Amino acid sequence: MKQFIFLFKGGDELWDSKSQREQEEHMQHWMQWIDGIAKKDQYLGGERLYPGGNTIHPGGTKVTDRPLTETKELVGGYIIVKAETLEEATEMAKGCPGLQWESSVEVREVWPEN
Amino acid sequence: MKESEHIDDTVNHLFRKESGKMVAVLVKIFGTENIEMAEDVVQDALVRALETWKYRGIPDNPRAWLYRTAKNKAIDIIRKNKYSTLIDFSDPDKQLLTSGYTLNTTMDNYWKEDQIQDDFLAMMYACCHHDISEENQITFILKSLCGFSTKEIARSFLTSEDTISKRLYRTKEYFRKHKIRPKIPTSNEIVDKTETVLNAIYLMFNEGYNSTHADQLIRKDLIEQAMLLCRSLLSAEQTQLPEVYALMALMCFHAARVDSRLTIEGELILLSKQDRTQWDTAIIQSGQAYLNKAAFGSKLSTYHIEAAIAYEHCIAKEYKDTNWPMILKYYDIFLNLTYDPVVLLNRCMVVLELQGADKALMAIKTIKNNKVIEKYYLYHATLGEIYMRMHQNTKAVIHYQKAIQLTQSKQEQQFFKDKIAGVLN
Repeated sequence: MKQFIFLFKGGDELWDSKSQREQEEHMQHWMQWIDGIAKKDQYLGGERLYPGGNTIHPGGTKVTDRPLTETKELVGGYIIVKAETLEEATEMAKGCPGLQWESSVEVREVWPEN
Repeated sequence: MKESEHIDDTVNHLFRKESGKMVAVLVKIFGTENIEMAEDVVQDALVRALETWKYRGIPDNPRAWLYRTAKNKAIDIIRKNKYSTLIDFSDPDKQLLTSGYTLNTTMDNYWKEDQIQDDFLAMMYACCHHDISEENQITFILKSLCGFSTKEIARSFLTSEDTISKRLYRTKEYFRKHKIRPKIPTSNEIVDKTETVLNAIYLMFNEGYNSTHADQLIRKDLIEQAMLLCRSLLSAEQTQLPEVYALMALMCFHAARVDSRLTIEGELILLSKQDRTQWDTAIIQSGQAYLNKAAFGSKLSTYHIEAAIAYEHCIAKEYKDTNWPMILKYYDIFLNLTYDPVVLLNRCMVVLELQGADKALMAIKTIKNNKVIEKYYLYHATLGEIYMRMHQNTKAVIHYQKAIQLTQSKQEQQFFKDKIAGVLN
């Protein structure tokens, strides 16, 4: 099986506008979605990313104290899954609850081992 | 001072009631190989409750406070051990604990109310595994599910803390080695497995009920905990079996009379001399209700019969009103189901009441060559009583002396000494 990484992008502004209750409910949906993948033994792991951070520019000397991406392109987290094909992985990614909350999902294959 | 006593009481009460449930949930999260981790989290939550409440007062919902504290502590531990091999996250459900996306929500789901009760029951069944000896079962249940300290268990069993620690260690090793996963048995094993659980509950109850030690508080605690465990079996549909209701009824009939069994000075009072107005009619009534519920299905357990016997004693207004013929009949039914020398011995007491000492002596002689029964103090106490009524005083004294040697209870020793004095006068 191939490995794919799902990059979750954007949606932070909408997230911030929601109440704590709505956020918790939304995270329940994330859990159910990831749980479904795990139950099929296709989930390998993943993390949410904190919005802050630093960017180191080419050359390695200049550092900016924030990610340089546009808000709607900002990667908010990732998970890694197993799937036979890019098409299968894409179908899986369509279940991501973030898509209903203004996030996009970029599905990328991890560089194959051979 | 008053306030801090109030806090201690609340915490103690809460701890007895809730610690087992918390341990059960945490064991599910950390795995049975990490039982100590689970116990530590619960202990921590308790200590924190005591410290915080002392300054800020008891919160509106202390139980929720305790659970939340334990849950947050568990989240900390999961985060710290995410990359260690201490906790096995390979199960899909547990895998979700390793990611920030799912950790909090997954953790919340582990603490859902309906789930907690099931986890608690599952843990009870795990503690009563056939491969674990009876005394280790009860020791472990008291520690993990009833929140007893090692010291309190040692006092309950009149043994050293060292012995208790060894018993606990052995059981934990068993869990570790066999990677036991607590679960409520399936419907085709439930009857069989529940039998072991009921046996452990009844042993625990008897440890409290039979006055083998003077400490009243510990005795009451054991009785209460045994009844709590049995009630939790009755709270789940899968485990609402006739024999569970029967044991609950039996314990009610005994518990109702517990206060009248000892004088204020702690001396034993015989059934015939007990003040029956002291018996707790409310508990007797709930016992009756349980006994009615126990009467479905075709299975007759020994608990049914024991409950029926105890019930006969409860409804007799005076000792002389006791329906001995009925009770004798119950004993015969019991002994038809299973041979139990102790029950046979109790039957002899009924024969003594009904048919006199000669018949009772003949009956007691049918208990043959039983090495266990000869070390049982009540065997000798019964013989003492029989010989006394036959005016064979020397034999009576010998047996009462044997009984004194064999019991560790001060109250009972005193009781037999009084008997000897009575014989000699």
